[in-house]
Amino acid sequence: MSEAPARIRTTYREALREALREALTRDPRVFLMGEDVGRYGGSYAVSKGLLAEFGEERIRDTPLSESAFVGAGIGAALNGMLPIVEVMTVNFSLLALDQIVNNAATIRHMSGGQFSIPLVIRMATGAGRQLAAQHSHSFEGWYAHIPGIRIVTPATLEDARGMLWTALLDPDPVIMFENALLYNLEGELAPDAGAVDIDRAAVRRAGEDLTLVTYGGSLGKTLEAAAQLAGQGVSAEVIDLRTLRPLDMPVVLGSLSKTHRMVIVDEGWKSGSLAAEIMARVMEEAFYDLDAPIARVCSAEVPIPYPKHLEDAAIPQVATIVESALRTAGRHG
Amino acid sequence: MPTLGADMEAGTLVEWLVKPGDEVKRGQVVAVVETQKGAIEIEIWENGTVDRLVVETGRKVPVGEVLALLRAPGEAVAAAPVAQARRIEPTPRPEAAPPAPPRAAPAPGAPARARISPSARQLAGELGIDAQSVQPAEPGGVISRADVERAAAARKAAPAAAAKPAAPDWHAQMRTAIAAAMSRSKREIPHYYLATDIDVTVVTGWLAAENVKRGVAERLLPVVPLMKAVAVALREVPELNGFWVDGAFRPSAAVHLGMAIAMRGGGLVAPAIHDADRKSLDALMADLRDVTTRVRGGRLRGSEMSDPTITLSSLGEQGVEGVFGVIYPPQVAIVGLGKVTERAWAHQGTVAIRKVMTATLSADHRVSDGHRGGLFLAALARLLQEPEKLR
Repeated sequence: MSEAPARIRTTYREALREALREALTRDPRVFLMGEDVGRYGGSYAVSKGLLAEFGEERIRDTPLSESAFVGAGIGAALNGMLPIVEVMTVNFSLLALDQIVNNAATIRHMSGGQFSIPLVIRMATGAGRQLAAQHSHSFEGWYAHIPGIRIVTPATLEDARGMLWTALLDPDPVIMFENALLYNLEGELAPDAGAVDIDRAAVRRAGEDLTLVTYGGSLGKTLEAAAQLAGQGVSAEVIDLRTLRPLDMPVVLGSLSKTHRMVIVDEGWKSGSLAAEIMARVMEEAFYDLDAPIARVCSAEVPIPYPKHLEDAAIPQVATIVESALRTAGRHG
Repeated sequence: MPTLGADMEAGTLVEWLVKPGDEVKRGQVVAVVETQKGAIEIEIWENGTVDRLVVETGRKVPVGEVLALLRAPGEAVAAAPVAQARRIEPTPRPEAAPPAPPRAAPAPGAPARARISPSARQLAGELGIDAQSVQPAEPGGVISRADVERAAAARKAAPAAAAKPAAPDWHAQMRTAIAAAMSRSKREIPHYYLATDIDVTVVTGWLAAENVKRGVAERLLPVVPLMKAVAVALREVPELNGFWVDGAFRPSAAVHLGMAIAMRGGGLVAPAIHDADRKSLDALMADLRDVTTRVRGGRLRGSEMSDPTITLSSLGEQGVEGVFGVIYPPQVAIVGLGKVTERAWAHQGTVAIRKVMTATLSADHRVSDGHRGGLFLAALARLLQEPEKLR
């Protein structure tokens, strides 16, 4: 580590905006489109100020029709542009599922490789803001089921700043899930922070006794849990998946071969989930490394509730991660 | 204790994979035995229920000794009452397993099974510890890596009590085994030797074209079509395929090809690729990969060691053009395939550069004659000219 030559105090939101600004400046084919991204500055204020800076041609407000403007993004990408489409929340993206799953994900294959769709779709995901069931779900695991699209989940300032440009360079569609609780995340970023890879999982904290696998909005909670576990004599390794499709299993399995125990923290529901997929792959590829059953900390199998206490109880929290980790490490019962 | 090769006289029981009360099925691996050829998995050939383990782990016993007693499927119904009756017998049998402390309640009717984590089980295997005997940290709890490590440390602290011999000079043991088998072969078997050069240009080209169509993981090694051709050619000359036992030849209907595989650090084994004449090339490739992996990992099954009806020694890329093998008794033939070389070769009325391989046969003159052996090599040469039919 260098001795931090004037690291910049910033937020996840500002890092995303910096990434948008860089992309718009670097390549004239890049433009941003979505509901309220222009005059309003984005429903989470990520694109605030960009309309004045880049103009209406490149920061485009759209009608309230996810299917129409995601489809328009696909068409623009087919015709040589590098569109960034913002969808307010993953719940609303379901209106555009046909465009994403039947068109964006398939056209390369159906055209025999003749057409690429270098499209990036950004959307907010996750619960914790008392916005109730229609604005709070975590469907990134669903999208990770679909071949033909890459799913990335920036969970740090570096990834918020660096994933967008790399995603635009990918000739195939990339969906970037921004957990809405992260927008206000504050921290320091190197002044020269820039593009990062979108292939590899990252070990965010090294440990010996068990592996905590997570991504996105749960990373901060998991790191906090790991810190508490250290106080109780349990050394937890924390893996940030970063990319949910394709999964970087070598990093996950490499950690497991050291710790032999694993807890997966995923704000999605358990049933048919990304957490289930990781468990299945560990069974297939590393069964004999396991010293205890893999545990999962996921959301309760209910639509995310509105009342604060019920919402808190429904999604992974530091305390539930710690409890599950202690049990998996053999410290309880 | 089954015989795992003509040269085996005794084996050391390393691990029981079943315990009294377990249901076993024909073909199931029930124990691991250390032999001169490494650790071999022992299969069972009867369905039934394990009644008693007669030999404890760590003991070296001669071939033919009883290792365990089975109850036939019919007897199994009385399992629970028998166990109770035994408990009140005035003279308990010393060999009977000590009554295990009850672990977490098993499913009703099912025998109690120690809960061992997959990683702990593997570690125990690596350390030569009987995982079933390890005590979990909490009574009735799961046996974990930490428990196995503790057991290993305890065993180290009390080396006198260590059950398993250290198996120190394993390579020397294997050398001894090979020496015994090969000496017996040259002492008892009147070998005759034949060789022929086979133009393998067609099969080599066919395989290259076939492999281009395949992903890296599905590609066939050059030896695979050769294995198939050898196995199919044996159907035409069955007196090369079988065993010489008690002064007579016992032909084998099935062709179990013993593939000579060199081991890391010296020595070799020739485990069976079962029913090689009836398997597809893909199946042969899968079997070869599987058995090679396990040879290098030191884990073969008993049937693989004793079943080969003929041996194939393919030197592949070793740089030698011909090999005349020594027959592995009680087999009656061994086929040797040299490396493929480009040679100036008379072909269709002109001299051409062709890919040529020397195939040899060492066979037992008590069973077959040179004329029949020659027919085999001719059949092999013919089959290799039409590789697409080898599928």
